[in-house]
Amino acid sequence: MIRKIINVICLSFLMLAAASTSYAEHEVRGFGKIPDLPGGWQHLFNEMLIDITVIGVIFAGITIYFLIRYRRRYAGQEGRPPRLSIAAAIGWALIPAFIFMADDLYLAAEGWTLFNDYRTVPENAYEVKLEGQMWSWNFKYPEGVETVNELRVPAGTPVLVRMTSRDVIHSFFLPDFKVKEDLMPGRVTYLWFYPKEPGEHLITCAEFCGVLHSSMRGTIIALPKDEFNKWIEDEKRALAEEEAKGGA
Amino acid sequence: MAHKVGYGQTLKEWIFTIDHKRIGILYLIGSLAAFAVAGLMAILIRIELGSIGPTITNPQTYNTWLYFHGAAMILAFQIPALTGFLANYLIPLMIGAKDMAFPRLNALSLWLFWAGIVVALLTFVIPDSPDIMWTGYPPYSLRSGGNTAFYVFTVHLMGFSSIVGGINLITTVIYMRAPGLTWGKLNIFVWSTLGAFILQLIFIPVLAAAVTMLLFDKYIGTHFFDPSAGGDVLLYQNLFWFYSHPAVYVILLPTMGIIYEIVATFSKNRVFNYKMVVYGGIGGVVLLSGEVWIHHLFTSGMPDWIRLGMMVSTLMISIPVGLLMIGLIGTLYKAAIQYTTPMLYAVGFIFLFLIGGLTGIPNAMTAIDLAIHDTHFIVGHFHYVMAVSTTFAIFGSIYYLFPKMTGKMYNETLGKSGFIISFIGVNVTFFTMMIVGIKGMPRRYFDYQQFPQLEGLHFIVTIGAFIIGLGALINLIAWIHGLAAGKKADDNPWSSRSIEWMTTTPPPPGNFHPIPELSEDWHPYGYGNS
Repeated sequence: MIRKIINVICLSFLMLAAASTSYAEHEVRGFGKIPDLPGGWQHLFNEMLIDITVIGVIFAGITIYFLIRYRRRYAGQEGRPPRLSIAAAIGWALIPAFIFMADDLYLAAEGWTLFNDYRTVPENAYEVKLEGQMWSWNFKYPEGVETVNELRVPAGTPVLVRMTSRDVIHSFFLPDFKVKEDLMPGRVTYLWFYPKEPGEHLITCAEFCGVLHSSMRGTIIALPKDEFNKWIEDEKRALAEEEAKGGA
Repeated sequence: MAHKVGYGQTLKEWIFTIDHKRIGILYLIGSLAAFAVAGLMAILIRIELGSIGPTITNPQTYNTWLYFHGAAMILAFQIPALTGFLANYLIPLMIGAKDMAFPRLNALSLWLFWAGIVVALLTFVIPDSPDIMWTGYPPYSLRSGGNTAFYVFTVHLMGFSSIVGGINLITTVIYMRAPGLTWGKLNIFVWSTLGAFILQLIFIPVLAAAVTMLLFDKYIGTHFFDPSAGGDVLLYQNLFWFYSHPAVYVILLPTMGIIYEIVATFSKNRVFNYKMVVYGGIGGVVLLSGEVWIHHLFTSGMPDWIRLGMMVSTLMISIPVGLLMIGLIGTLYKAAIQYTTPMLYAVGFIFLFLIGGLTGIPNAMTAIDLAIHDTHFIVGHFHYVMAVSTTFAIFGSIYYLFPKMTGKMYNETLGKSGFIISFIGVNVTFFTMMIVGIKGMPRRYFDYQQFPQLEGLHFIVTIGAFIIGLGALINLIAWIHGLAAGKKADDNPWSSRSIEWMTTTPPPPGNFHPIPELSEDWHPYGYGNS
């Protein structure tokens, strides 16, 4: 019996070891390379989907087999379950526990790597400030330009958004980029995303913020770099003219 | 026998009852009423979301519906049905006791619950009804014109009711067990309910503190959650989820417990690996339940290190829950399964809970959660794992206990058709909802003009909601039909070995005359030994 228990424990540690090596073998990401967040997200999501489908099919399959195989044949029939020895009882608790734990740690390790990418801002990121309010997104560019509900960014440059809120909690959600982070009064949070190509993307609010919560939306417009530079120069000039007028 | 002195059928004797069975049934009536109103809200919400643009209402009213649906389903339906109705009705019977340890305290907890229901329903008649969702996050709940006080008082009443009930029940199980009923022979339902009440006693005070601080902030002028005066908006979220995540285990544990009872009874089989289920499953859930609340704050700007730590501890919850599932499925091995309505609900539970539990894994993973947090994916997931699974367990248990409670049998055809329609309805509704969520649709939206591509899927979800409504209606008809025209039930129609079936049907005041004698080799799941 003791030997059985030892076997069980050894097997479990082997599985833990398998989980940790798979973490070590995870591809080393090159320095200076911009991680692909939506791609990485989709990859991990698919991996996790396979994982839970396999577990689900095993559990459901066994259940369905039992449900069909062990139907009552005659009135008054009772089950004839095997009696578990102490070793078997402990084994039936420890082996599944260690299998689940190994799977948890494997997924946690994968998730950890991706989460680090999410929270490590690439060095050359373009930084925009965002202040949320009921019910609009107010952006402020490093050049001093301000826009509402429309964020124009240069394509091919990672964008860092530093966020806070004027009134209640909002949540800056970009479905296309698979990112989301809350905006809160009295706190500053951040997220980053990478618009590779020129194009338009949806901004939408994911934290309940009152009557117009579902209409709190905006657009991210990724422009080709020279077009973006021209736009920001124009805006800067317009801003300067306005200030000159206001000062005069 | 059933009509002894002091056990008549007048209204007065029902209202002022201190009999645990009647208190249990009154809990059931209150919670089913809450279920009906909150379910109606759900149908209205789904009609509104069936197509783009305002359909039947305005955002303000819609938000009140959302608030009421969530708050009532959790606080007034699920928790009272499980820890009020089932625990009150079943546990003294299951442990061979005459009544609860403190019968008058039991009546007090019932009346606190009913007061809570009344306060909750007043929401609809006051001019400034709350629209703060069941979570009540500040600063919105502080700024909203809605009456936050009603929300706070409902939580206080329901919470106090649970604490009083919990003390009563724990005392009962410790001191009132029938002679010979050792801890190793307790029903799984008794163990799991004990676990749930231990969680209630530990965590409810935290919720009460959080909502009281909210009340003070709004009406007295303190600044716990106001950053401009030194407060912190995240403090509330931490306190709130410190209770409200364990609350899902308060719901899960008795749910699992009653499913074990139903499965063991209709499989005529021993519970597989009893000690693993009690120590590993129930004990594990109780131990881990307080270590996971940050997963509700994965996108709220908590420090990165704690998001990672709580990802690991959240994933670890799969271990005790997995053991509970193995015990449940193992109980079917070499069994003699009889497909009655309660058994169908229990089998349905296994599949719904499997989908719900496994779709919890992506939410637990911090990086994946960054995209699906606060979307319809979450709504679909938690409806599978707690709303629908638990409701199936509650409905199944009503059918299971129907003969004991009423002395009559329900109609199997009605019961089974109610189950089949509900099962189809919930899968159509909530599986589609998860797909909608992955495509980016946030929750608590009145409208979704920015997601025109999702209108078709939303329409399917709405159709599913109507199917669920039809299923619920058939169940209601089955119960009324059983009460009015059911055949007379035997004392032990399911041939169970458990103590609650050893008394007459319906049980007399004082439950057992005399208290059952338990032989040395008796076990509540002692099937297949003869």
